[in-house]
Formats: sequence, C-alpha cells, structure tokens
Amino acid sequence: MTVPRMHVLLPFDPDTLLSGVKEFEKALLDELKKNNLEEEIKVLETGSIGVTGRGILMVVYPEGVYYANLKIADIPRLVGEHFVKGRPVKDLLLGEVPARFVKREKVGLVREQKRVVLENAGMIDPENIDEYIAVGGYEALEKVLSSMTPEEVIEEVKKSGLRGRGGAGFPTGLKWEFTRKAEGTEKYIICNADEGEPGTFKDRLIMEGDPHKLLEGMIIAGYAIGAQKGYIYVRGEYELSIRRMQKAIDDAYKYNILGKNVLGTNFTFDMEIKKGAGAYVCGEETALIESLEGKRGQPRNKPPYPVTHGLWMKPTSVNNVETLANVPSIIKNSADWYRSIGTEKCPGTKVFTILGHVVYPGLIEVEMGTTLRDIIFNYGGGIKDGKKFKGALVGGAAGVFLPEKFLDVKMDFDSLKEYKAVLGSGAILVMNEDTCMVDMLFSIIRFFKHESCGQCSPCRIGTYELYSLINKVRAGEAKESDLETMINLSEIMFKSSFCPLGQSLVMPVKSAIENFREEFVAHLDKNYQCEKCRR
Amino acid sequence: MAEMVKLFIDGKEVEVEKNSTILDAAKKAGSYIPTLCYHPDLSPTGACGVCVVEIEGSPTPKRSCCTPVSQGMKVTTNSKSLREIRKTIVQLLLSDHDVTCPTCSANEKCELQSLANYLGVDTNGLPAILERKPLDETSVSIVRDPNKCILCGRCVTVCSELQTVSAITIAERGFEAVVDTFFSQGLGNSSCVNCGQCTVFCPTGALSERSEIDMVWDALLDPDKVVVVQEAPSIRATLGEEFGMEVGTVTVGKMYAALRRLGFDVVFDTNFAADLTIMEEANELVERVKSGGPLPLITSCSPGWIKFMETFFPDLAKYVSTCKSPQQMFGTLSKTYFAEEAGIDPSKIVSVSIMPCTAKKFEARRPEMRDSGFQDVDYVLTTREFVRMLKSAGLDLKELPDERPDELMGMYTGAATIFGATGGVMEAAVRTAYWMITGKELENLDVTAVRGMAGIKEAELDINGLKVKVAVAHGLGNARELLTKVRKQIEETGKSEYAFIEIMACPGGCVGGGGQPKGSTFAMRARRGEGLYAEDKSLPLRRSHENPAIKRIYEKFLKKPGSGVSHKLLHTFYYKRCDLSGCTIESVTEKHANHH
Amino acid sequence: MTREEVLNKYGKSKDNLLYILHDIQDSNPRHYLTEEDLKEVAKWLELPYSYVHGVATFYSMFSLKPRGKYIIRVCESPTCHLMGASNIIIELVKSLGVGIGETTKDEIFTLELTSCIGVCGVAPAMMINSEVYGNLTSEKIAQIIDEKRRESK
Repeated sequence: MTVPRMHVLLPFDPDTLLSGVKEFEKALLDELKKNNLEEEIKVLETGSIGVTGRGILMVVYPEGVYYANLKIADIPRLVGEHFVKGRPVKDLLLGEVPARFVKREKVGLVREQKRVVLENAGMIDPENIDEYIAVGGYEALEKVLSSMTPEEVIEEVKKSGLRGRGGAGFPTGLKWEFTRKAEGTEKYIICNADEGEPGTFKDRLIMEGDPHKLLEGMIIAGYAIGAQKGYIYVRGEYELSIRRMQKAIDDAYKYNILGKNVLGTNFTFDMEIKKGAGAYVCGEETALIESLEGKRGQPRNKPPYPVTHGLWMKPTSVNNVETLANVPSIIKNSADWYRSIGTEKCPGTKVFTILGHVVYPGLIEVEMGTTLRDIIFNYGGGIKDGKKFKGALVGGAAGVFLPEKFLDVKMDFDSLKEYKAVLGSGAILVMNEDTCMVDMLFSIIRFFKHESCGQCSPCRIGTYELYSLINKVRAGEAKESDLETMINLSEIMFKSSFCPLGQSLVMPVKSAIENFREEFVAHLDKNYQCEKCRR
Repeated sequence: MAEMVKLFIDGKEVEVEKNSTILDAAKKAGSYIPTLCYHPDLSPTGACGVCVVEIEGSPTPKRSCCTPVSQGMKVTTNSKSLREIRKTIVQLLLSDHDVTCPTCSANEKCELQSLANYLGVDTNGLPAILERKPLDETSVSIVRDPNKCILCGRCVTVCSELQTVSAITIAERGFEAVVDTFFSQGLGNSSCVNCGQCTVFCPTGALSERSEIDMVWDALLDPDKVVVVQEAPSIRATLGEEFGMEVGTVTVGKMYAALRRLGFDVVFDTNFAADLTIMEEANELVERVKSGGPLPLITSCSPGWIKFMETFFPDLAKYVSTCKSPQQMFGTLSKTYFAEEAGIDPSKIVSVSIMPCTAKKFEARRPEMRDSGFQDVDYVLTTREFVRMLKSAGLDLKELPDERPDELMGMYTGAATIFGATGGVMEAAVRTAYWMITGKELENLDVTAVRGMAGIKEAELDINGLKVKVAVAHGLGNARELLTKVRKQIEETGKSEYAFIEIMACPGGCVGGGGQPKGSTFAMRARRGEGLYAEDKSLPLRRSHENPAIKRIYEKFLKKPGSGVSHKLLHTFYYKRCDLSGCTIESVTEKHANHH
Repeated sequence: MTREEVLNKYGKSKDNLLYILHDIQDSNPRHYLTEEDLKEVAKWLELPYSYVHGVATFYSMFSLKPRGKYIIRVCESPTCHLMGASNIIIELVKSLGVGIGETTKDEIFTLELTSCIGVCGVAPAMMINSEVYGNLTSEKIAQIIDEKRRESK
C-alpha cells in the first residue's frame, strides 16, 4: 500500500457544482492517471469551505495551498508544475483574500477565523466516517458514555454557557435539563435542520461538510436527556445534506455508534431523517414537530413547551444544527475551554453568512462578540465596487435594518438586544448606497406574506395588510399616516401573533422605517424617482 | 381530587384546577375576556387572538383560551394595549370579510359582528383586501361562503373531532388558507353527511343552510296549492329562544298559530309521525327479538346518521331499522292518506317540513323518497329559516295565541315529543315495545338512564323478566365509537351485547340539530331537552300506541304495524356510499314490498 | 417507483406522510400529485382524504397541478432581491412566455418562485429541478434556457 504524498481536496457545493467541479474532477483523475500519479495523489470530495462566488476551488495538502476559479484547461499545468515539480501555480491561487482562508495554522497576514463547529468542514471527506474518527471524532461520545452520567453532561453544557444558535439564544443545558426532568420515559431529541431563514446556509454547510459532528452532538444530547430516538428534520430542498446525513447515519450504525448498545454500553439510540416540504414556519419548533408527525406545519400554543409536551406529546428537546455541532468540542475540551472563546454571557463562536454588496460573500465562523464592522469590512472584504455602505439587515428576514451608526455593535445575543436587534440566524445582508430600503422592506414583507401559515388572524391578515401598505408606498400612493399604521400593525402582530413568525415582522418594519425614515417619506411623493420601486 | 392552583386575575385571587386555562380562571374570577374563535364545547385553536391577556413576566400577551394556568400567575385581562390589540384584530378580520351584514343569514347572530360592535371597531383604518372566492353550492343542505370565513377552525374541529366525518379541512397556506374539501370538489361531492353542525358552530355567515324560504313563500302565495306543514318535535323547544324566551321553553301552541299566520293551509305535526314511527319500529324490534332477526336494531330517524352509516358502516346496514324517518313517513302520508281523506289531488299538495336539521334537506331529495308517487316532502326549512320567515312576516311568537294543530295528522303523545332529545326515541320505543311484548302497560315511563348529555349511554331493561341491553349515542364521534365496538363484537362472536341502539347525528339529539339557532352550546341543548321531557310529563297520553290519530290511521289505512301498506309507504332501504365522494355505490338492503 | 412501491416502502405510520408524498411526486415525470395519489395515500395511512389534501397544499414543494419537465424556481428572498432577482424573473417570464406558476405549452418548463434556497453567496440564484444556478444575468438565463430546451428534445 502506498501512502499518498499529497491530498487534493475538491469542495463540492452548489456553487462549485454549477461551475462544473464534477467534470473538473474527472479530467483531473484522468490527468493523474496519465502521469501515473493516481496512488501518490489522493483526490477527495469535501463539503464547502465557505468560499463562494469563486468557481471551482481546490486545496492541496500538506502545503495548504488554495486555488480558485479553476478551469479544466488549467489541469495539465497544475499537475505538471505543482504535483510533479512541487511549485504552486501562482496565477491560479485564491489570492490575498483576507479572511476567507480556512487554515489550521496562521500563515503570515492571513486573518484567521476561530473554527469550532466548522473545524473539519472542507478538511475531511464528509462521506468517510474514518476520516472523522481520525481527527478525533466520536471521542467526546466515548468520554460521555464511559465516564459521565447524563446529569454530568448537562452540567458541563450548562457550565459552558452554550446558547441555542437557532435565534432565540436559550441556554442549551437548561433545555436539556427540563427535558431530562420531565415526566415520562419516552423522550426525543430533534435536530432542527429546517434552515429557511433567508440568507442563511450555515446548517447546510455543517451537514454537508461534517455530518458526523452533528451526529455526535445529537447522540450526546440524546444520552443527556434520556432519549432513545433522535430525528433530524431537514429542509426538503437540501438534497445533498440529506444524502450526506443519511450516509453518516448508515455508517454510524455499522460502527455501532448508533443502534443497540452504543459503543458496547447499555445506551441504545436510533436516528432517523425527516424531510420537510417547503414551509419556513416549520423552523419554529412546535410547527416542526407537527410537520414531523406528518401534519400541516402549524405551530402549537406554548406553553406547554416541547420539553414537556413535544413529539407525540412526549418530552422533546429541539436543538439547532449549529448548537448540536458545538457539543462534541465542549465535551472534549471542557466547558472552561469553551468559555474562553466569545463573550462572558455568550461564549463560543458564531457562524455568520455575509451577503449582498460585499467583496467576499460567504460564510465565516468567528468568536461571539466580534463587531459588525469587523465582520463586514475585514471578513467580508468591505463594500464591492468601491461603493459606500448604507445599511445591513442583520439576523435574517426576521432581523433588523441597521444603519452605519450601529456598525460597532458586538455580534452576540445580548449586545444586539441593546440595539433592539437580534442575532437571529446569523445572516448579514449588506446593502450599498444604491439600495432602496423601501424596496428591501417590500421584499421582506412579501416573504412573510408567502410564508405565513395562515393559522392565526394577526399574522395571516396582518402580513397581507402590510404587503398592500408597502405597495402603496412603492407606488407613491401612501400618506405619512400609512407609515405609522405599518409600525402600529406590526407591533400588534408582535403582541398577538400565535408564533414567532408573525411576531418578528416588527423588527424589519420598525427598523427600516425608523432608521431610514427620510427615504420612506421621499417615496410618499408621487414624483419621486426610484428605479427599484417605480419602473 | 384534582390538583388546585392559585393565581391572580386582575388582582383577584382565584383557585382553579391545575389543567384549567386562563379563560376558565377568569370566568371564575368574574373577569370578562372577549373571545371569537373559542367555543366552550370545542378544543381551542387559538386562531383569532382576541382573547389575549397580559401575564406578568411574559414579553408578549398570551391567548387565554389555550394557555394553562400556573401557580402564582398574575394576569391582567383588560388594558389599553389589550383593547388596542383586540380592536386591531377585529379590524383585520373585517378588512378581509365580505361585510354584508344587513342581508347576511347570520345577521344579529354573528359573533364577529357583535364583537366589532362591542369593541367599537373603526373599519376605515385598513384597506379592504378581500379576494373574492366562489361559493360552494354543491350541497343540497349547506352553502359555504369563503368570503365570510374568518378561519377560526371551528367547523373543521366539529367535522373532524366531534363528528369524525372530516369532509373539510384547512387547505393552502397563509392568506390563501381556506376551508376546503378534498381536491376542492365541494361539500356535495364529499363525505359530508349534511349534519350541519358546522353551521351551528360557525361564528359568522360563512356556513349556512341552503335556503328554501323563497320556494316556500311561492307555494304559500300560490292559490292553487294546498300547503301542508309538519314541525319536528324539537322545534317547539328551540323556537322561543329566537324571540327572547328562556332556553328550553316549549312554544308549541304559538308555533301552530304562527304557521297559520304565514298562510300554511293545513298545520299538522311531525310528532304524529313520530308516534307512527314508534309503532313501526317497536314492532320491528319485537319481530326481530322473536324471530332472532338481526340485532341490535339501530334507529333510523336521523338522516345525518343514515348517510354516515351508509358511508362508514355499510356492513351494519342490515341492523338499521327499515323505518323511514318521521319526516318521510309524514311526507308520504301527506300525499296519500291525507290527500284521500281530504279529497285533494296529491299533485296540488305541497308538503313542507320545519326541521332542526340540514340533513333533512338531503333526505327529502333522496331519489327513493317518492313512495307517494311524488317527491314526498317538497321543502324543508330549518328552525333558522322558519324564524327568518316569521320575522319577515312581522310575527312575534310571544304575542301569538296558543292554537291547536289539525287533528288528522296532528295529534301526538309524550312519546313523540321526546324524539327531539337524545335517548328519546329509545325511551318512546321501549314504552310501546313493552306493551307489544307483554300486552301490559309499562308503569314507570321514565327511562332516565338513557337521558342526558353523556356521549354514550347504556342501560339494561327488564321487560317482564327479559333482560335487554340497550345503548344510546349522539354525535357521530360517539356513534363511531359505539359502532366500532358493535362491529367488533359481531365479527368476533357473531352477535352484539346490545339488542337496541339509538343513534342521533347531532350532540344532544335534534334539540342540538344542525338547523337549530346558531351558537347553541351543549349546555343550551341540555336545557332544550329538559323542556321536551317536561312537556312529555305534562301530556295526558305518553305512549305512542295510545294516540287516537294513530289508532285511526291503522284502522282506516295501514291495517297494522308492519303491514304491506306500511312497508310500501313507511319503510325504506339503504345504500353503500363512496367514502370519498358520498355518491351511492349499490343498495345494501332491500325494501320489503310484501311483508306478511 | 410506482405508487404502490412507495407505499410499501414506508409502511403505515402516519408520520411518513410527507416522505410518501415526496417520493410519489418525484416518481411522476410531471412532478405533481394526482387526485388518485392523494386518495391512495389517505387509504394507506388511514387518514381522512381532506386531511391529506390539507397537508399536501400546505407545503410549497408539492403541486397538485401537472408541471413541466423542468421546474424553474427563482429565489425571491431578500438577498436575491437585492442582487437583482426581479430582473431575472422578468427575463424568464419574457423568454418562456408564461407567468409565475404556469407551465409552457410544450410542457417543458414551469416557472415558480421560491424562498431562500441557501446559495445566497451566488445571488441571484435559481434552481432547475435539483440543480442550482447562481450569479444569474440576463445573458446567462438565455443560455441556460436554450440549453435545457435542446436537452429536452
């Protein structure tokens, strides 16, 4: 057997796939064969490395060299120069992107991200359980099963200060404790992978890049709360995620990491994937449970909460993908280690997606408490095409429009609260000076109108009323009082909607109108020129 | 004893059971919380949000209808902010509503209307955004107007949970969400059994009966027609409510007077036919007991139940009594017996019935219901339609004198009047069956074990030493439960423990029928039933076989119960129906043309 | 897979409803659920017909109308909107000659809108069946449509 001299990682994600990475891989393998290098150089498919908009990407180890925008025509040069002669092809390198590099070592001036949940994404073959084990995977599970009681696991997670990454920031350890203490022997752990918040795809990258990490976190959670079964509820649109998670589950069963007597202990745990079918509201935990039971995804009244009355009315802990993916590292490295990252009240890292008018749209994992300015201007590379920053929509569609004066806000649950903003899903949509805020708010209201489940009147009719009011503003048919009506209505929806969907519109509506009032008022004039709203 | 919880409602301490809602607690504390989608007899959906209250420590108000109480909770039921929320919600609902109050069938009975009025809602604040949808007019019994629907979900809960028919569901999503049938094929092409409970529970005019008022007026105003009218037993106990009388008041004399004022030529009473039904059905029971025929005998007066049986339990059809319902017995006789006696050409007779029921409209139009040679019953009016006719004629029931019905088919006994309440048919049949079997009169006439609002009631009767187990179910969910048990018993042992079963489609029986006044609660249904039992007690004759008009019809026309004429005119047969579309597949029982 | 094969694969547990509907729809070349499908699924899971209808119409991935060979789903979420999705939609409406939710006469394309498909890094984006297309421009649209049209022949 030959030990490979080099590892070549090819990230497979929608972005690279549409650039033709499949064809590229085939051509690369052919070229290696032609040069008798197929045993010396191993080509691996990996998940996304968080770089988007850069065509076909390739990472070569052991050097850790990054290539971007590759074409099939580049292959002979890559093989001849780099793989045979050991000289990286300079003009094909990813270049001096400040924060995009995903590296284990700090190299020169490269700004490093703090990776916990994404530490393996793009580094290992996500479809190979051995690779995960080789980088220390399932050690945390082993530690838990061999030396910790469920209560100790919960205590450790509580001590770590881990808070739910789905948006609300509820302490994870506490949720587990409630579930563990709830009456009944039949309990469930559900992983909420119904990632539908516009501008968010972190959960997809975790599932596609490091599915076993999520699996490990879930099994530990199941052990802690006393569940015998776990479900991963994945967005129906995420076909690759579903495939990779299913492969991971199948392999885990083969390795006795799932099933009867996990790793030879008394603990028995099963796991199943459930597929959504296109409904944003199913990201709400009780709607998700309804959907998982095969019903219309309409939320339930809370209380009672899922921790006592969840799936099949049994105690259930519903946790976000990113939350669970933090768990193995916490167990392995201790709560104290975790607390050393991030802020005091919000320890750990946060995965953000930076989108819109930035130089490097994509995904980063940084410490909690990093400022918005830092994220946009350092990690995101600043505003594209030399334009000026106008505002950022932070937290997804249910987020807040922040103007420039708020750029120094620290990105964590509590600091954002002071600005009446939310961390939400971690999506940051950056808008340049040419953006029309009325038009953006229109887009958000339209989204909520489309995604309202229709169960409760405030949301069902309220979203539609807001939609007709914003259309009036766009068309120059609104009065100033209509702007107040929009704010008042969204506040009433916040107070009386059945679930967070209808409650959250107040954030974008109020922040857009209040922070960018002049622009809204300008639209009241029928003669105001706006190429976005009036063409 | 249930665990108790103490909490504070508007500063007042109350103690309630642990699983109570805040709304329950507020009622106990004497604080009024307005509600809209909530109904005391249904599981809450929390759809509207009108009943929100503030809870100390909660960032947002909570729905009191579905939020459980907890120890030490501090609740505020009224505040400036809560009033604002409630007003805005009603305003939103009105902005998406076809506001046609003056002509709406639910006018003055509409809960949205009264709430808007009570809260003083201004309708000018928000643009009207109603996107008009077509009406569902596929059913002969019920019309659905989605433009008046507020998506409270009551009808869906009633149809699926209470009645287990599940003809309707909430389909689509968001602003497009709509109450709909399978593949939007309409109620008339669904498993809907026409029970009409949805129309009673609907808080607005979105669900109503298919009106036949105009046809009846046309007949009344046509000098060539002889319009004969019958009124179901329960009508006399519900009509008064609509004229401000106490719930459960029996207004039978005023009812006859009102009908004559409207112009009905002959005023009979369905109660006469109820007595007749008892004669035929008790006879059927006795014969089946004697001959070892299919038992249990299951009653057949409730047309909602009959279609339910044909759809979901066609295998039990042979157990169901072959007797037509009183409405249909009356209809046939109005164009045969009455026509002969009065010397009127039956083609000139228009037979109208006043019913507590929307399924009766369907029953009257069943193709086999033409034994007189004509459609036996021409028009069926619900209680609600009847009230509208009275109001349009300027009649106030309270001011009318007490009158008597026309005798030929108008006299009745107490046994007939209790047909209108759950357990009544059973009790009435027992009174006569006892006499038929023993030749003696039953002394204690009150079979109280089968009365009341319990969903399934059982009793063991002693008929001169013969022990007979009987059961009564009302509401189709209860019927389904009982019949599933019966079906299982028959499958496993070849027979059921019961000899006689009464089933009524509607909770409470006909006093709770789908054509009764909107908004009737189970508590109101119980009081109406008590009204009927009181009338029974007050009548000189309380056994069907004692009715002189019944004696007369058997002497002059029918010969005896179960005779050939009876079977031709008063009995029927059943179909098996498709559980998707409700259409007939094949007949599963036969009509005995020449019995004995 | 035939409908019967799908049903047998999942057994009678009611929580499999969404999976079953997905698989049946995916097996249909016109990407939709027929009346017969919903009827048989309801029977199999012993659920009321109306209930299955209610579930199928709740989720945007299910269609009760026949669709084209290619379902084009343009993302209209705020990110794509910011990056010019409106122009893409106009372009598609023009070049396909159909409105949103409609299918071309030759039954090749159905044009739909979708909420975020999670590829915001390459906004504006769309999906054709399960394939993602990003960084869309008018020229790219024309090219993609032409290509698909050729493939379908």
